[in-house]
Amino acid sequence: MNLGQITLAVLFAGASFACKGPGAENAEPKASATTEALAAPVPNKQDNTGPIKVGILHSLSGTMAISETSLKDVALMTIESINKKGGVLGRKLEPIVVDPASNWPLFAEKSRELIQKNVAVVFGCWTSVSRKSVLPVFEELNGLLFYPVQYEGEESSRNVFYTGAAPNQQAIPAVEYLMSAAGGGAKRWVLLGTDYVYPRTTNKILRYFLKEKGVAEEDILEKYTPFGHTDYQTIVADIKKFAAAKRTAVVSTINGDSNVPFYKELGNQGLKATDVPVVAFSVGEEELRGIDTKPLQGHLAAWNYFMSIDTPENAKFIEEWKAYVKANNLPDADKRVTNDPMEATYIGIKMWAQAAEQAGTTDINAVRQAVAGQSLKAPSGFEIVMDGKNHHLHKPVYIGEIQGNGQFHIVWKTEGPVRAEPWSRYVPESKSKVADWSFPWLCGNCEAAKHQTF
Amino acid sequence: MQTIHRILIAAIFTLCMQSSMLARAQGMVEVQTVQRLGSANADDVKRAIGEIARADPGLSLPLLEAFSAGKLGIDEQATAWIQDSGVLTRATDGVPGKASGHVRTILADNQTRRHLDEAISRLRLRSPNPAIRRAASAEIAHHPEPESVDILRELIGHEPDLQAREQMRLAIAKSDIQSNDREKRLAAARVIGESGDISMREPLAALLLPGEGCERDPAVKKAIRSAVSAMEWQELKIRTLANLIYGLSLGSVLLLAALGLAITFGLMKVINMAHGEMLMLGAYSTYLSQTAFVKYAPRWLGLYLVVAVPLAFMLTAALGLLLERLVVRRLYGRPLETLLATWGLSLILIQATRTMFGAQNVTVASPEWLAGGWELMPTVVIPYSRVLVLGFTCVVVSFVWYILQRTSLGLKLRAVTQNREMAASLGINTERIDAWTFALGSGVAGLGGVALSQLGNVGPELGQQHIIDSFMVVVLGGVGNIVGSIVGAIGLGVAAKFLEPAAGAVLGKIAILVAIILFIQWRPQGLFALKGRAQES
Repeated sequence: MNLGQITLAVLFAGASFACKGPGAENAEPKASATTEALAAPVPNKQDNTGPIKVGILHSLSGTMAISETSLKDVALMTIESINKKGGVLGRKLEPIVVDPASNWPLFAEKSRELIQKNVAVVFGCWTSVSRKSVLPVFEELNGLLFYPVQYEGEESSRNVFYTGAAPNQQAIPAVEYLMSAAGGGAKRWVLLGTDYVYPRTTNKILRYFLKEKGVAEEDILEKYTPFGHTDYQTIVADIKKFAAAKRTAVVSTINGDSNVPFYKELGNQGLKATDVPVVAFSVGEEELRGIDTKPLQGHLAAWNYFMSIDTPENAKFIEEWKAYVKANNLPDADKRVTNDPMEATYIGIKMWAQAAEQAGTTDINAVRQAVAGQSLKAPSGFEIVMDGKNHHLHKPVYIGEIQGNGQFHIVWKTEGPVRAEPWSRYVPESKSKVADWSFPWLCGNCEAAKHQTF
Repeated sequence: MQTIHRILIAAIFTLCMQSSMLARAQGMVEVQTVQRLGSANADDVKRAIGEIARADPGLSLPLLEAFSAGKLGIDEQATAWIQDSGVLTRATDGVPGKASGHVRTILADNQTRRHLDEAISRLRLRSPNPAIRRAASAEIAHHPEPESVDILRELIGHEPDLQAREQMRLAIAKSDIQSNDREKRLAAARVIGESGDISMREPLAALLLPGEGCERDPAVKKAIRSAVSAMEWQELKIRTLANLIYGLSLGSVLLLAALGLAITFGLMKVINMAHGEMLMLGAYSTYLSQTAFVKYAPRWLGLYLVVAVPLAFMLTAALGLLLERLVVRRLYGRPLETLLATWGLSLILIQATRTMFGAQNVTVASPEWLAGGWELMPTVVIPYSRVLVLGFTCVVVSFVWYILQRTSLGLKLRAVTQNREMAASLGINTERIDAWTFALGSGVAGLGGVALSQLGNVGPELGQQHIIDSFMVVVLGGVGNIVGSIVGAIGLGVAAKFLEPAAGAVLGKIAILVAIILFIQWRPQGLFALKGRAQES
């Protein structure tokens, strides 16, 4: 066999292997043929004794393991603490942890597996593509998913509760801040992201938003890089040139691993946060843990929670986490931090438990009704409410500057929690869409109510 | 001439110092003013900075610098301290001392820091050190504020340093271009045109467009137009040069990542999917070396890279030797099995690293002396880390070349590559040569890992990001030929950088992949084909 042919084959194999990373956005979640027989909703066997099964669907291996492992840990911590207080409805919670290995079709298979094991609820997913791939499964089998990560919006499912931020709870306030005098009064915008669904959609919304605020087309520079991109020389040089004429801010939706080379290049080419501030939506305490924060100092991140929030509730949350990490001997125990998606996971589990108590059953339809309107005092110190209609949390927004110790110095925050708008009012095709799961709408994506009132 | 200048500066500085000494009574910094730096009201902070800046520069400059660096704090007795590597100095009078209780650091946000840096630059303009004055005036020339420009006008007549004076003129011109005085605008347009500061091209061009604030005077218009067209030409030259340099730098990274593979795959024909993990282990060796330095020799931390290089080489070479003896040698001549086996090895190595070091990336901080870059031209900065990688690539390539061409191992290696049977019948122990070659290839990959650790993340997945590019380089260059890999890597780097501004990073990458596939279809042996018997086998 010709070596050239083999190497070509290797290249292709390698390329497709790499593309199986978060790049394979539009890969249809493969509903296997065997599922035809199971298409009918699985009867939810009411087993009123014994523990309540709860699914945890986070990647523990592969590229997303970096971020998702902590979510699994914090979920187990919350479940343990609920069990210590007697569980839910007098029954213990039994976590079932599965590892979808950062493989999007596997997310769909694993979620099917969980629902067929009769779990009462699933907490999981990180990337938007993983959520998109499990969505049809949850809708088909009438499961219940709590999704804890900020995302791009333009979605609302009857079977999903979103405990992370919608764009108007993160991206829009961050841009508004940078526009304001306090944030530097930026006139020009660089929208920089990794090439996949979350950055593309967020930037689309931001573009409409900026235009509405009177920013001209030539003052917006939109750039994308492939996954795992490490060479930011040209892009930073372009930003530098673009920023020379007017006050400029960069909105970064760069995915995890590429952030380090990007910030390093910024620092090395002499672009300081005071000249061109970069606000990132996916850089948090956990991501800062593995990197040298020197080149990042002064750059910004927008979240609904920071570990540095100074409230008694947060102190308690952090203390509980540190104790859990230590007791369970997790790796790097002394360096573990809390972050926004962890707080969102914590809130999600607590809310589900409250709702199940209130409903008096773990039946999915009953619990879903009860989750809407639940409230609890979150680590951020606010009374956080699950919206009665759109399955999203009302969340406060914080903007923090990165400090040398990997923590955030909070420079701006909203007065109180902000209601989520899953359908952005700035995007023409979605502004008249309504996400409302109460009567008479019963719809996550329509312009007219589905049901007539009686 | 020089000495006269120096005397002059010294005289001016002592004069300044004396006048500030006289003003010392009013020049003191009140602790209340320092406390106001931590206020939530941005205007109040600004006013406090202004008040401190007007105080004795011997006090105010270190105080503001400490504030900017996050080293200013207030203790429980409301005394302000400058914290510098464990030593405390009282901010209000510069006397060392001991804090009572916990010192709470006052943090500046970006807005404050912007204001602060401007104030610091203004103070530094009066420094006796010309390098500091140069840097300060360049800093101000970036975005000149009216307040700073007034000071520059006052100082420019006394400035002996040519470069500093040029920066000052540029800063003043940037402000004068908006002036109501036609003569001033004309002079400003000329100064900016001569400065070659291409960052001014867009603002100048904007003045020519009809609209509010546009230039009406024909003479000034002409001056601006010629400045803009000179800059456009300048910019084209700079962009081309920058792309070439960025391309060389990217190419050197590609080459360094691929060089090990050029040996294991190129010379030995082992489809080595575990090559990426050798890079990864090289990077982890750097991390280990850094950790050891932090623990045992923190004073010499800046030198951890020097130790990391031989450590990475030896570690990965030893592992390569082991893998060859245990796995790879049993599969010679069976490329598909080798592919699967080495891929399996790569998965094992990734998971082993994950188990040992955790799934999280580990921190490899670049040494202080690698931070920053070398400003070749305005807007073209070459980071020192990239210069180092470029130099390191040359060193590694020469090292490999030396081994291949000038040592007995290299001679035997080349003989085995060209004709195994003949080499064996001449008494060369081909098995041993294979083992050493594989170890050498792995070791060189480890060296590549050290360089990669300075540019990006160090995590278990590091190798996966580079394996495809590495194969691309080797296949493009021609299997069995190190020179081919060098040309291939540099070519790919430069092509990518020239494509990127036009097509964007994503499309550029795809275009390059497609081009390589077409190229390989047309010329399966790659750029540089081996001639003779090796080609036929």
